[in-house]
Amino acid sequence: MTFEAERSRAARLFILPAVALIALFFLLPVLAAFLLSFTDFDIYAIGNLANARIVGLHNYTALFANPVFWTAVKNTFYFALVGGPLTVIVSLGAALLVNARAVRFKGLFRTIYFVPFVTTLVAVAIVWRYLYHPQYGLLNYMLGWFGLGPVDWLGDPRWAMPAIILLAVWKNFGYNMLIFIAGLQSVPEELYEAARIDGAGAVRQFRNVTLPMLAPTFFFVGVVTMIGYFQLFAEPYVMTQGGPLKATTSLVLFMYTEGFRWWRMGNAAAIAFVLLLIILAWTLVQLRLERRRA
Amino acid sequence: MSGARPGRLRAHGARVLVYLLLVAGAVLALLPLVWMVSASLMPTGAANSYPPRLLPSHPTLVHYREIFTRLAMGRFVLNSAIIAGTVTAVSLLVNSMAGYAFAKLRFRGRDRLFRWLTLGLVVPVQVAMLPLFLMFKEMGLINTYWGVIIPSLASIFGIFLIRQYAIDIPEDLLDAARIDGAGEFRIYWSVVVPVIVPILATLAIWTFLTTWNDFMWPLIVLSDQSKFTLPVALASLSGEHILDTELMMAGSVVTVLPVLIVFLALQRYYVQGIMAGSVKG
Repeated sequence: MTFEAERSRAARLFILPAVALIALFFLLPVLAAFLLSFTDFDIYAIGNLANARIVGLHNYTALFANPVFWTAVKNTFYFALVGGPLTVIVSLGAALLVNARAVRFKGLFRTIYFVPFVTTLVAVAIVWRYLYHPQYGLLNYMLGWFGLGPVDWLGDPRWAMPAIILLAVWKNFGYNMLIFIAGLQSVPEELYEAARIDGAGAVRQFRNVTLPMLAPTFFFVGVVTMIGYFQLFAEPYVMTQGGPLKATTSLVLFMYTEGFRWWRMGNAAAIAFVLLLIILAWTLVQLRLERRRA
Repeated sequence: MSGARPGRLRAHGARVLVYLLLVAGAVLALLPLVWMVSASLMPTGAANSYPPRLLPSHPTLVHYREIFTRLAMGRFVLNSAIIAGTVTAVSLLVNSMAGYAFAKLRFRGRDRLFRWLTLGLVVPVQVAMLPLFLMFKEMGLINTYWGVIIPSLASIFGIFLIRQYAIDIPEDLLDAARIDGAGEFRIYWSVVVPVIVPILATLAIWTFLTTWNDFMWPLIVLSDQSKFTLPVALASLSGEHILDTELMMAGSVVTVLPVLIVFLALQRYYVQGIMAGSVKG
């Protein structure tokens, strides 16, 4: 056997476990979910497969006629479109501060800001539930210093989603901050020098050098954050159970309830595919915007 | 007054402002966690008082004793450790072999296959969960550790991360080993692995943290309380013990502490790997 042939045989063996696992336990189920969404698969079908029938687009038409579905779509977009950009802005702010010239203890601040990201979401969601307590919570107490509140954060349909967004920003900004710091450090120092020679102040340096040079980082951070945020689940599951008045029911929480509480698997699969399409479409839009810029 | 004075004053003011913002940010980042630890040490009922206390007046460990005796939290710690440990060990081998092959070994259809894999990063895992549940039910994997472990053993992100790093391995290094007559697996094990140790460390920490913190799939697969991981147990306990603030905070501390220790001890490898991976991506 030649070197080349042996190497390509070895390569196939090397990728086999990973590719087989992904094909069997990810790709295949995704395809199966697509088929599932055209059936009335429910608790009777779990007992006996023969009870499942093909119903065409019925799950989808029923979904589009269900007001809870539209509430879940609205809530998911609310969370992603407000929480996503907010997270990115806070991350960039934190990165600029940590990376500022003449700041000492950079490593310490970077570590502190990153700590929320490594914590367990379920645990900190429970912690924040107490911080949001209308009477005894730390947040309302602190707002009281400024003469604000008290706000019934998780009990008021208007405030429940902002409360979840606040938790998500706190939890996630540290990761994006790291990526932004890496991006900032890869901007050549000469560009800033040239800008300074042209008489550009700090603001113009930021607008004309930093922001354009960070464009690829914005794209990466934006795509990763939005894909993650469209999948909102644990926060409302733990903090509000989707309430009050379904104000925090996300698409994934709706899918979970339909699929794993009521065992309406066909219905749940249709919800999952709507989610997939939303994420796909959103990512394509971001990709196109990035291509046009570049 | 010299001309440089106002400029220096402004620079000084800007520096003070930067530090003020940095410290304010650090306080906000840590406050929820500090309160969590502090409330877990308060006597029953003390965390629900007005005005809220930031530090316990009479610290007590009684809630920690209770979660480990009456609520048998030790079992959940063990479950989480077994699952996160197994996933980390096995997935490191699986993903690094694949990542290295995609980076360095030529075979037909390699780049097309890799592009298809990266497309999978856009597909939310929740889509796979419904059929996976039915499949695992047929295979008898529901309510078992393996049911939680198996879907996490290969990760597209992991393969991606390793490939990006391994692509810089000099071809000469591999060819030298080949001329010495080493087989491909031998080359992977004793030439490639030592070179990619930094990114392996990053991926190991990432995998451990993600698996430890994972919630939705374990929640679906595990029905028997004795099999619960910490997040699943905590979510279930928070339903019946919502009024026992101090007890729930002790449970949260026990859940968060292990990942925090892993992160703080190994953050050098973790942070650098994430930053390096993102710049090249």
